[in-house]
Amino acid sequence: MAADRVEIRLAGFGGQGIIMMGYVIGKAYSIFEGYEATLTQSFGPEARGGACSAQVVLSKDKVLYPYVVQPDIFVAMSQEAFTKYYPTLKKDGILIIEEELVDLSGVDITQKLFKIPATRFAEEKVGRRLTLNIVMCGFFTAVTGLISRDAMRKAVEDTVPSGTEELNLKAFDVGYEYGQQVLGK
Amino acid sequence: MAEIKWTTADPKGVLTGAHYIDGNHAACEGALAAGCRFAAGYPITPSTEVVERFAARIPLVGGMFIQMEDEIASSICLQGAVWAGLKAMTVTSGPGFSLMMEHIGFAAMTETPCVFVNVQRGGPSTGTPTLPAQGDMQQARWGSHGDYETILISPSSPQECFEFIIDAFNLAEIYRVPVMFMMDECVGHMTEKVVIPEPEKIKVVERRWTDKKPGEYLPYQPDPEDLVPYMVKAGDGYRFHITGLTHDERGYPAATDVEIHNNLVRRLCEKITKNAHKIWKWEEKDTDDCDILILSYGISARVALRGIELAKERKGIKVGLFRLIVVWPMPEQRIIELAEKVKAIIVPELNIRAQVAREIERIVKGRCPVIPLGHAGAGVHNPEDIYNAIVEAAK
Amino acid sequence: MSTTLRENPVEQFLRTDRMPHIWCPGCGIGTSVNCFARAVLECGIDLDKLCIVSGIGCTGRVAGYLRLDSFHTTHGRAIPFATGLKLANPDLHVVVYSGDGDLAAIGGNHLIHAARRNIDITVICVNNFNYGMTGGQVAPTTHHEKVATTTPYGDPEYPFNLPDLAASCGAVFVARWTTYHVVQLTKTLVKALNKKGFSFVEILAPCPTLYLRRNKLGTSVDLMKYFKEKSVIKHGANTKEVGLETYDKEIIVGEFVDIDKPDYLDNYNEIMKKRLGDKFQPWGR
Ligand SMILES: Cc1ncc(C[n+]2csc(CCOP(=O)(O)OP(=O)(O)O)c2C)c(N)n1
Ligand code: SF4
Ligand SMILES: [Mg+2]
Repeated sequence: MAADRVEIRLAGFGGQGIIMMGYVIGKAYSIFEGYEATLTQSFGPEARGGACSAQVVLSKDKVLYPYVVQPDIFVAMSQEAFTKYYPTLKKDGILIIEEELVDLSGVDITQKLFKIPATRFAEEKVGRRLTLNIVMCGFFTAVTGLISRDAMRKAVEDTVPSGTEELNLKAFDVGYEYGQQVLGK
Repeated sequence: MAEIKWTTADPKGVLTGAHYIDGNHAACEGALAAGCRFAAGYPITPSTEVVERFAARIPLVGGMFIQMEDEIASSICLQGAVWAGLKAMTVTSGPGFSLMMEHIGFAAMTETPCVFVNVQRGGPSTGTPTLPAQGDMQQARWGSHGDYETILISPSSPQECFEFIIDAFNLAEIYRVPVMFMMDECVGHMTEKVVIPEPEKIKVVERRWTDKKPGEYLPYQPDPEDLVPYMVKAGDGYRFHITGLTHDERGYPAATDVEIHNNLVRRLCEKITKNAHKIWKWEEKDTDDCDILILSYGISARVALRGIELAKERKGIKVGLFRLIVVWPMPEQRIIELAEKVKAIIVPELNIRAQVAREIERIVKGRCPVIPLGHAGAGVHNPEDIYNAIVEAAK
Repeated sequence: MSTTLRENPVEQFLRTDRMPHIWCPGCGIGTSVNCFARAVLECGIDLDKLCIVSGIGCTGRVAGYLRLDSFHTTHGRAIPFATGLKLANPDLHVVVYSGDGDLAAIGGNHLIHAARRNIDITVICVNNFNYGMTGGQVAPTTHHEKVATTTPYGDPEYPFNLPDLAASCGAVFVARWTTYHVVQLTKTLVKALNKKGFSFVEILAPCPTLYLRRNKLGTSVDLMKYFKEKSVIKHGANTKEVGLETYDKEIIVGEFVDIDKPDYLDNYNEIMKKRLGDKFQPWGR
């Protein structure tokens, strides 16, 4: 991912903490790595209940056009989100899915693909289902290599409700380590 | 000599550090840093986060927020607070902004320094509550009845929401006008890094308090140099009178006196037009040697930069960018200078009635073609559209 | 009589440099201002801290004639302006002085919400049953069937019962007098000025030029007689029963409500203190 501008879309359903994932990624890259990151999200009826998506543009310089047009990376956390947004993913992009919520059968995936049962890991390995988004953040960090582990952990610590830092860092590590395992590191 | 007292920000209102926040939150922090200690508002998408944050922060800083029963109430409530001595703002979007018009005029007429924040959505009417536009630019200038001048400022990022709303408060105090802080949904809702400096590095203007004693003081006696009168506040023994009627220097109604009316209205306009050179703020990029000039503001200028890059990369066209930060008043001389050099000026903006472009046309007076590049809002320009317009104009 | 004896004690509150005033001969607004000025003298409030806010109308001109910090705002919006003034500097005593149309028609929403919040201001409403300033149009206080320029054949609507409106929205002090009851009115205004919380005083007043003339109700002297004959003093009356639906109904006057409860700022400070502890910067008190 050497390009100056990296477009990321994160999508799923309400309650999965999609926006917070985008926030953590953007904060890590801009505040803790010192570059630029623009987070936009869908507001309005689209954001009530049902579907939910966050877009992050990472750049070494100022982000000019703020919206995501053709993502380099797509993190799909629900079947609906996958169906809706997969067609816009770049041909040489990266697809990351919550494997127990997204069924790829019948779709010919040309991009690099990474799968994690983030929700189950959050339940079983962290002990809090709600941390599934942070598990995914850890996994994202490991498999994309875009942002340092350190910056991401700082961003997690800085973002989650106070008192839950330790739990969430554990969630992050669970995802991160699984990512490394998947990469064969 | 007009006496403008500059100080630095009250540390209580300043959250020094790097934050990852959206434009709405950043505007709130900027207002607090500027010394705003009172806000009245009524919830409306996409502006609500500004007052939500203000409501959460102000009890820790010292000041007041109140959610009023509507925008009409908000827009006059804040002026009560100003006359009690505080810096104050209200925050809204299209429908609420329309309701505030009478009180923008009241602030202009009574010379009440204050800030109106408009996080623009698409209109008319309820329009696109969750999507951006820049369709209130003429309304912000002329929306209230009668002749008056005001100042319009347009930020293009959360960082600028923070920084330029401080300018808005400062200019409001210097010229005693309602300043329109013209954001849009895109800027309001995008999250980026916002660096808030130490309080000592933030320059803040104090109110133009009079140094005259009760009895000697005339509320509307203008400073001979910059035409702005000096202020007092309620409770200090001046027993002054404020009215939205045409008034004399004592502040007393003189609503049937042609001469007084003429002088007053002219002064209200001239205190902006004659001081315009001190108010202008703009940014230029590659304008020294360009064939095409993009002239824009707010989010549209930022998106246009991407279109400019494309034109350079693909066709080698020399394109400059002129970005208005203070959109009104406009730096006319500089625009004329550039109009004399370039082949065409393209004005991308998120409205289709050329709300700012028509002002440029009026300034340029045929020196070069002025091409409005309107977009009705509910989104921003596609950089490709800007690229295409550049290619077309360069032919 | 010597001139010193005749000197009006309220003169010190008047902007004599603005006289003569615009009010018609026989207009009740001037009488109400006299009572108010006397009340101000008696109430003991530091005049430098007393602010007066008006909307637009004949009554709206009151602010301009009083030598106080005075604000002549926009039509209907005196109350929200006063709210900002008071909340931004709680040391100020803030009085709203305006007409029935201003406060109950265009400004009706602000009236009920300020009462509900229990903002610590005093609202004085001169009810002359019509829009004086604009030439005698129907108001939300016009008696059923009475004539106004915009109801030339008689008003089909029912008027507001203003004391009941204010009381039911939470006002802690509610009273009504007519311009006939100058002594009582003055006393009541003293109380209202010193009352903490939202106080509301309705003053029934003649508009001889428009309402009386158009409805053939005589002169303001006739109206004084009418006020005298029709009025019944009932302190503590149930505000539900004080409506003035028709012109021939008895006029119940007096102090109807006088209760104590925390005002907006008391509540604000208490809640913030509870939630934020030492981090809270107390406001005003
Ligand atoms: C927004 C607006 N609408 C209408 C008017 C015109 N106007 C001025 S005073 C008034 C009515 C005043 O009636 P009231 O409040 O009863 O006062 P009065 O003159 O009877 O004392 C109206 C409609 C205005 N000034 N502003
Ligand atoms: S029009 Fe009526 S209310 Fe107005 S000044 Fe004349 S009498 Fe008084
Ligand atoms: Mg009236």
